[in-house]
Amino acid sequence: MENILDIKNLRKEFGGFTLDNISFALPRGYIMGFIGPNGSGKTTTLKLIMNLMRADAGTIEVFGQDHIRFEREIKQRIGFVYDEPVYYENLSIRRMTGLISPFYAKWDQSLYEDYLRRFELNADQKIKTLSKGMRTKYALALALSHGAELLIMDEPTAGLDPVFRRELLDILLDVMQREENSILFSTHITSDLDRVADYITFIDRGKIVLSQDKDSLYEQYVLVKGGPGDLTDALRRELIGVTVSAHGFEGLASHPVQGEGLLLDKPSLEDIMFFHTRGDRHGA
Amino acid sequence: MRIVLSNDSRLAIWEQIVEQIKDAIMKGELSPGDPLPSIRALARDLRISVITTKRAYDELEAERFVESIQGKGSFVAAQDSAMMREKRLKSIEARLSEALIEARLLGFDYEELEQMLRILWEE
Repeated sequence: MENILDIKNLRKEFGGFTLDNISFALPRGYIMGFIGPNGSGKTTTLKLIMNLMRADAGTIEVFGQDHIRFEREIKQRIGFVYDEPVYYENLSIRRMTGLISPFYAKWDQSLYEDYLRRFELNADQKIKTLSKGMRTKYALALALSHGAELLIMDEPTAGLDPVFRRELLDILLDVMQREENSILFSTHITSDLDRVADYITFIDRGKIVLSQDKDSLYEQYVLVKGGPGDLTDALRRELIGVTVSAHGFEGLASHPVQGEGLLLDKPSLEDIMFFHTRGDRHGA
Repeated sequence: MRIVLSNDSRLAIWEQIVEQIKDAIMKGELSPGDPLPSIRALARDLRISVITTKRAYDELEAERFVESIQGKGSFVAAQDSAMMREKRLKSIEARLSEALIEARLLGFDYEELEQMLRILWEE
C-alpha cells in the first residue's frame, strides 16, 4: 500500500519537551486519528510535517517526497486546518480568501462557494465577528477548495458543540468518497474517532505509544473489571493500567485475561488512552 | 438495504454488517445480482471507517455471499440452492438451540417446550 505520509525517527527538543523517535505512516485512502492528552506532542508533530518548525533529526515524506525539498509542491496538495487559525481580523471573508486563493494552482472558486453556502457563512462578514465554530468552518472551506489530497487537521473539534462535530465527521466522510484522499486528524476527543478512523496513532509525553489500524486495536485490548478482592498481584502485573475504588477495580489488558468473577468488556479509544497515560502502571 | 448497528452488541461492527447482509440474502430481501453500495459509500452512510466496511465485504466474499467485480463493485452472488437451504437449516438450528438453553435455565421440560412450539406453530 502506498503511504501518503511517512514519518521516520523524528526528533525535536525544545523548552524541556522532547519529541522522541516518532515514526508512523498513513496509507493513501484512509483516515488516521492522532490522539494523545494535551501537551503530548500532537501539534508539534503536525507543525513539523508542515515545516513550520525544523526537526533535530528524522525524515518526513509526503506523497513520497521529502517535505522540505518539495515543500511548495507538497503544500499545494495539503489542506491544513489549525486549532487557532490566524487571519487578518479586520478583513471580510471575501477579502481574506482573495489573498489566500491565488496561492493555489488548483483553486476551485465554485466549490469554495458551495462550501460557504453549506456552512452558512456570509462572505461579507468580518473575520473578527466569526465564532469559533464559524472559523473552523471557514478554515475547512479553504482547505477543501484547492484539490487537496491530504487533509491535516489540528484539533478541529476542540471547543465545538456536538452538532457541529457530527457535521464535521459527515464532511470528512464525504471527502473520503474519493479513494485518493487521506486525512490526518488530531484530537483529544476520542469519541469523534471511535467509528470513522481507519488508523489510530497514539502519542504520549513525546513518544508514540501505538500506531495501528483501529479494528485490530479493539480486538487486542480488553477492559477488565471486578470486585475489590478480585485484583490479585498476578492480575495487576497483567494490566497496563488500573484504577481502584472501594467497590472494585477497572483496568486495561493487551490480551484476554482469565479469572473467576472478572468482567471483560470492550474498551473505547478513551479507555485505551486513559489507562496508558493515567492509570497506575501495574498499580504501582 | 437495511443495516442497523449497535454499540452495545457483543459483535464487532464489521460482524454486525456481515450478519445483517447475510440475513437479507437468506430472507430473499437481496437477490443474486443485486448491487451492494460501494465500500466508501456504505462507510459514509453508516459513519464508520473504510477498513471496517472493507473487512465486512471481504468476509462476505470469502463466504461466497457476495462477489466483487474489479471496477464495477460488489454484487450479491448467485446462491447455490442446496447450500442456501443448508445455511438456513443451520440458522434455524442455531436459534432453536438458543431457545433450548434458555428453557433449560428456566427449568422447562421437553413436554412443556413442545407444547409451546405447537402453540406457536398453529398461530
